[in-house]
Parts: sequence; C-alpha cells; structure tokens
Amino acid sequence: MARPRKKRNKEIFALGNEAVVEGALLAGCTFYGGYPITPSSEIMEIMAQRLPLIPNGSFIQMEDEIAGLGSVIGASLAGRKAMTATSGPGFSLMQEHLGYGCITETPLVIVNVMRGGPSTGLPTSPAQGDVQQARWGTHGDHSIIVLSASNVQECLDNTIEAFNLAEKYRTPVILLIDEITAHTREKIIIPNPDEYEVFNRIVPTMPPEWYKPYEETVRGVPPMPAIGSGYRFHVTGLTHDTNGFPTSRPDEVRELNERLFRKIDQFLHDVQLVDEVDTEDAEIVVIAYGTVARSAELAVKQARDLGVKAGLLKLSTLFPYPRKATERIMAKANTLVVPEMNMGQISREVKRVNNGQVSVRTINKVDGQIITPAEILKVLTRV
Amino acid sequence: MKNQPLDRFEVRLSGLGGQGILTLGKVMGGGLALGHGYFVTQTQSYGPEARGGASRSDLVVSSNVISYPKAESVDLLIALSQEACNMYYRNLKSGGLLLIETDLVKQPPVNQFIGLPFTKLAKDKLGLPQAMNTIVLGAATYLLPFAQQRTMRKNLEEVLPPKILDINIKAFNMGFREAKKNFGDPEELWKANSVIVSDEEADYDSI
Amino acid sequence: MVDMKGTQLIHEYLRHNKKFPHVFCAGCGHGIVLGSLIRAIHGLGLKKDEVCVVAGIGCSGRLAAYVDFNTVHTTHGRALTFATGIKMAKPGMHVIVVMGDGDSMAIGGNHLIHAARRNIGVTALILNNNIYGMTGGQCSPTTPSGSFSMTTPLGQMEQSFDCVELCTAAKANYVARGTVFHVKKLDKMIMEGISNPGFGVVEILTPCHTQYGRKNKYKTPVDMYKMLKKDVIDIERYNKLSEADKAAKTPAGVFVQKDESGLEEKFYEMAARCQGGV
Repeated sequence: MARPRKKRNKEIFALGNEAVVEGALLAGCTFYGGYPITPSSEIMEIMAQRLPLIPNGSFIQMEDEIAGLGSVIGASLAGRKAMTATSGPGFSLMQEHLGYGCITETPLVIVNVMRGGPSTGLPTSPAQGDVQQARWGTHGDHSIIVLSASNVQECLDNTIEAFNLAEKYRTPVILLIDEITAHTREKIIIPNPDEYEVFNRIVPTMPPEWYKPYEETVRGVPPMPAIGSGYRFHVTGLTHDTNGFPTSRPDEVRELNERLFRKIDQFLHDVQLVDEVDTEDAEIVVIAYGTVARSAELAVKQARDLGVKAGLLKLSTLFPYPRKATERIMAKANTLVVPEMNMGQISREVKRVNNGQVSVRTINKVDGQIITPAEILKVLTRV
Repeated sequence: MKNQPLDRFEVRLSGLGGQGILTLGKVMGGGLALGHGYFVTQTQSYGPEARGGASRSDLVVSSNVISYPKAESVDLLIALSQEACNMYYRNLKSGGLLLIETDLVKQPPVNQFIGLPFTKLAKDKLGLPQAMNTIVLGAATYLLPFAQQRTMRKNLEEVLPPKILDINIKAFNMGFREAKKNFGDPEELWKANSVIVSDEEADYDSI
Repeated sequence: MVDMKGTQLIHEYLRHNKKFPHVFCAGCGHGIVLGSLIRAIHGLGLKKDEVCVVAGIGCSGRLAAYVDFNTVHTTHGRALTFATGIKMAKPGMHVIVVMGDGDSMAIGGNHLIHAARRNIGVTALILNNNIYGMTGGQCSPTTPSGSFSMTTPLGQMEQSFDCVELCTAAKANYVARGTVFHVKKLDKMIMEGISNPGFGVVEILTPCHTQYGRKNKYKTPVDMYKMLKKDVIDIERYNKLSEADKAAKTPAGVFVQKDESGLEEKFYEMAARCQGGV
C-alpha cells in the first residue's frame, strides 16, 4: 500500500522480518508471545531485544505455538496490542486458539512466514501453501482477515495495517509473508508519526453495570474493555449470548455467528486492499501476491515492451477475497493469470469470482523456488 | 546522493562460514542502499545451505525499483573458498568479474580472474584475521564502478561499534589501496578480465 | 469491607446476571472449592477488579462463569497460557487458574510444567476428581491404577500422575494439596497460594460420584467424602508412617513454599533497568 510521504524520515536497510517488528512497534504493539521457528525467528529475536526497552513492553517465549497464541490472547484481553509470528508447522498448532480469538473477538496479529510444506517440509525455502489454511484452518465457520506483503516496505506497512484492522474489527488478522521477503534486506522508510494512522480498539464509556460485552452495535463491533478496567465480564470460547454467558438458544447462537461475519463483510471496502499496475487498458492481467507479485511486476513490464497489453492486480488483502477488484479487472481483460507457489489456492477464489466469464491461467510452482519473471512472461506472451 | 544509472548489477559474496560473509553482505548492501541511494536487495544462505561451512550473500543493485529480488546472473563474484568458487562461477554472466582469495582458491575454474591474499593481509598487516571481510569490502568498493570510497567508509563508521571501528577503517582502506595497486584502472580491468560465457551456458543461466 | 458470613458472603461474589442453576451434580465437590476460593479472596481483601479467574474446559472450567471477577473460560488444557499472557500484560492482577486433572495434566501437561518452571505469578487450582466428569467418565492421568472408567472397562493399566510431585519437580514456588472435606485448611492453602509470589499450585481432591464413584465401589457421594476423611492425612502424620502404611494414604498439606520472585516481577525489574539505562 503506497501512502504519500511528505518528508523522508529514517531509512534503514532491513530484513522483511525486521520490518515486521518496526511496523508492529509503530502500530503500538507492546506484547509478543511465541515460539521460535525458521524462517520467522528473527521477528521473535528482535522483539526480545526491543520490547523490554519500551514502556510496558513485554515479551515471553512460550513452550509451543499453542501456548504462544494463548499468551497473546491473554495479553490482548488485558488491553495490550499483541502479536506472534510463526511458520507452517507452528501455524498448524495455532489453529485452536485462532478459533478462540475469532469467537471471543480478540484483536491480535499472527505473522506467518510461509515455508515449504506439508509438515516440516522445506524449512528454509519459500512457498505460499498456507493461504487457504489461513482462511479455513481453524474449525467452525468463521470470518477472518488475511493480508500479505510482497516486499520489505510492505512488511512494515501491512503490519501496521494488520494491527489497525484487528483493533477496528476486533478480530485476529493474519499476515502471510514468504521466506524470500522475510529474508531479503532492502532499504525501507520508517514513516513519520503523521504519515500513518494508528487505530485503537473502542473501549466502553458507559457505566460498567450497563455494559453488555457482546451487544450488537451499528458497526457490529462491540466496545472492548481491558481486564482490570472495572468492567468485569465473562469471556468464553463457548457460543455465548450478549452478556457473554454460554447459550444454545438458536436465536442467540444465530445472532452471534451472523454478527461475526457481518462486522467484517459490511466494511469490505475498508478491508480489501489491492494495488493495480497498468490495468487500465490491460487485456491480460496477472493476479499475484507476496514475492511472486514482484516477479509479476517485472514480467508485466517486459510484456508491455513486447507489445502485450498486460497488467497486474497485486493483492494485499487475500481474505475476504477482493471480489470487486477482480470483477472490475474482468470487465476489461479477457485473460487472468494467477501465479502462485502452491498448486492453486488463490486461483480457486479467482475462478469462483470469474465463474467462467474469462480465461483463467494458473502458474503453479512447488519446488521451493520463487516463480521467476521469465516464467510469467512466457505465459503472458503465449496467450 | 546522486547515483549513476544502473540496471540490475549483481554481486555474489561467497566463502566459508566464519569468514564474515553475511556481515560483509549486510554492510555492503547498507552502504549502497543508504549511502549511495541505490535500490538494493540482499539475500543470503539460510538453513541447510548455511550449515557445513558454506556461506553466501547476494546483492542486486539498481537505480530502478528491483522487482525480482534474487541474484540470477552475477556481475561480480567474490569467492573466498575453493568450494564456493567451484559452486558459483557458473552463475557469472558474460562480462562478469571473478575476485578470489588467492591462498584459499588454489585452482580457479576459469582463466580470467583477479585475486588478493585477503586472509594473509589481515593476519600479517593487521594482526586480526577477522578483519578480512572488511579488506574485501575495501577491494570490492574499488572494483565496483559505481561505489564511492568515502560513502562506503562513512556507512561503515555508522554501523560498526566504536570498539572495533578503527581497525576496520584501517582494513577497509588497505583493501581499497591493495586493489588499486594490484588491479589498476577498474574500467580497463572489467574489460580485460571479464569472464566470457558461451551462448549456450548464458542461456542456461539467464532468466 | 463489610463483615459477611456464610452464604451472604458467597452471594456477594456470585454473578447475579448469570443464569443459575450451576452445572455441578448434587454431591460434587466443585461448589465447595468455589466457596473456598471466594472466602480466600475475601479474606485477602482483594478487590473484584483486581482478580482474574481463568479456567479450562471441563466441569471445573464452568466455575469461572459464576463469580463476579474478570473471568476467562479458555480452551481445553491451555488456561495457563492465557493466564501467563494476562499476568505478563497486567502484573498487578491476581490471576487464578482453575483446571481439572485431565485439563491440567493430560492435554495441558506441558503448559503446567512450563508455567511452574518459568515461575509465572499465577495461582493454579487443580480440581482433581480422577476422571473426565463432564464428558461422561473417561479415564484421566490421575485415575488410579485398577480403577474403572468408560475407557478403562477392564481397569486402568497405566500409572497415575502425582500432581504434587510433578509440580515440585517442575520447580513450582508453592505446592499444596487439600481436599474438599478439609475446608478450613483448603481456605488457608488458597490464600497462601494467591499471596505467595511466583507460580503456586493447590491440588484439590474433589469427588466425582457421578462418573467415578459409581463405577468404583463408592455407592453414594457420602462414601466418597468418607474416603477423603479416612485416606487423606496431614503430611506430618504421613511422614511418620511405615512404607507399607503409606501406600494406602495420601498426604495433604503444604509441600513447597519458596519466595522466589515471579517471572513478571523479574521481567519488569530488568526492563526498568534497561529503560533507565537508555
């Protein structure tokens, strides 16, 4: 997400993983709990150094990723902006508490630095295999926000965005980056405080005895007090009524489940972040995310040089899937190309939106290597 | 900080673990990105690749936004071990330059190369073998047609802790001086010593 | 605070907007623990806002919903991980974790030993009824060898965990065992557990007549309380017994009491030093 920058502030030469930390701290993160795992460990290591240096900052290494996310939820309930970072195997363990975060509407950020899978897979090679897991990994129907980042600057920007969306919509937000961006150093600009927005969760202002923790509001997002702030209420992973107590009354169950979707779905324009490159007159458009979007950008440029009317739709938000943006592209283009380091996870979403209207070509690579510009260019020029 | 137009110049630093390859890559990349104002992406070997003694750090330098972050056809290969030299010389592109550690790369796989005994220089002249990578940085700064000695040194001063700064500045200057003495004019050097890759191989390596 | 006694005191701390009745069976010991917990908190003079009760899954987990504190009903076995986050984020909060035996020592066994090892300043009440009660009476890690349950129809062939020994070995700061029959002592143990710094564990033997007793020759709830009365003896008395006599008895009392500072105290002390030095 490019945002206008007036005066240049601090520039640093940093890893994607370091940029995540910078972004988190700018967004107001004061708690990190987790378990180290390649290729995300730098995030945790730098947090361990930085958090003790800021007022109220706290850091803890837990015994596994389940515990890591548990501590993050605890800290968030206690009023902190909290995060954890992991990779595939750890993300699998986190699914239990991810669901807990969804039903209790606890703001938190999980950064998943994707590596090759399944299982232990390729610990130091990139992949994009966790895309649908981020969407559907935890059991039960639920809504969730999933972002991605394609370069080091976006690691910073989109981490801030992830915290903002988590706080605004009281929901876990997952930021998916891949091993390449995580382990690439680039020059990034640390924005000045007036150059980015920080959103803090809305806290209740009514007297505690009037407060109903899960009451419907206009935005669908109830205000959230911190533990210990005078509003004593019950938090539970059981399906609950507006007072927070377990219920199985069909009307109350439906009300909760529907609100959990509605609170995000009615603000899709705010949640769905995309970038378009050369799409105005494009007949063939690449839809890409993560590091692959960088390859795609070069391929599109090269294709233009060869006279092909190519364009790029770069997804920063993966879920809720940017349907509107895709439809806008489809109105003009006749072919969509979806390159991914998996066997086709976002292309499923593209095909769902497309519903047979235009031709959808996929480029799938699962050998632990990034998709190169040449591989995308080949498809762009052949079509 | 004006930089000269440059479209994807790739440097690969390679050698053994413990030679300070990763630090060298970080410092060189930082110098080119922050000091010179180029777009730089730096990647390095991790995990299994980083075990067993091998170490690699790649830089892509450009005046334009870098879309593809990994090195694929290398302009300057610095090989500080025989193994690294054998492994990576194929990635050199036509017109690329190979710089080796002459005591550690006893059998260069190609005829066109330049070299200095970096480890010996660090030991004999500085009494500190660990400063070897900074000597390499000095030499590389001399060789890179777009790198400024002063800017690179200033960046070094900014990133190094004061305790080890003096010796490293000495090492940097020595590397630059030795390269100048031994290699002559860099422009001529790139012309005279560049590796010629046959078309077939070039095709294999290029994107 | 007003001097209140008996049920008047209990009602002061119960949630009035909660739809009672509770889930506990007649004869269950969990309600007694709830009473003990309330008396301990009242006895220590803690403000309701300063207390956070975190519970796991199981009959014991439901306890949190009834009390008028900050309450978090978490996932199965993981209550301690949430509690750790809360304590690190709000070190002034009195965090009390209520878990069952299966909750804390089977699915949450790893979290228990690590919470003890890192000495996080929370107090764990482990309500040990030797069975998975809520889900219909399957065996737990504390189901005694030879006992019958839904999943050990031929008798338990595995050994059982000794919660006290486990937590002691894992270096908990405070380790005690009480029962719902010896209530005055239990009140005191919970008070000590809360006021002691670092990680405290109080294992509470509480009978499950419905799921354990009926399958194991305790015909009525009263039989189970009689068993607690007869078999559980004070640690001093226990130590004087011969090895042969010890086998039939369970020691109760305070096993470990150290005043090592909790992790959160150490962390914030170090952080303050770092921040002061920068």
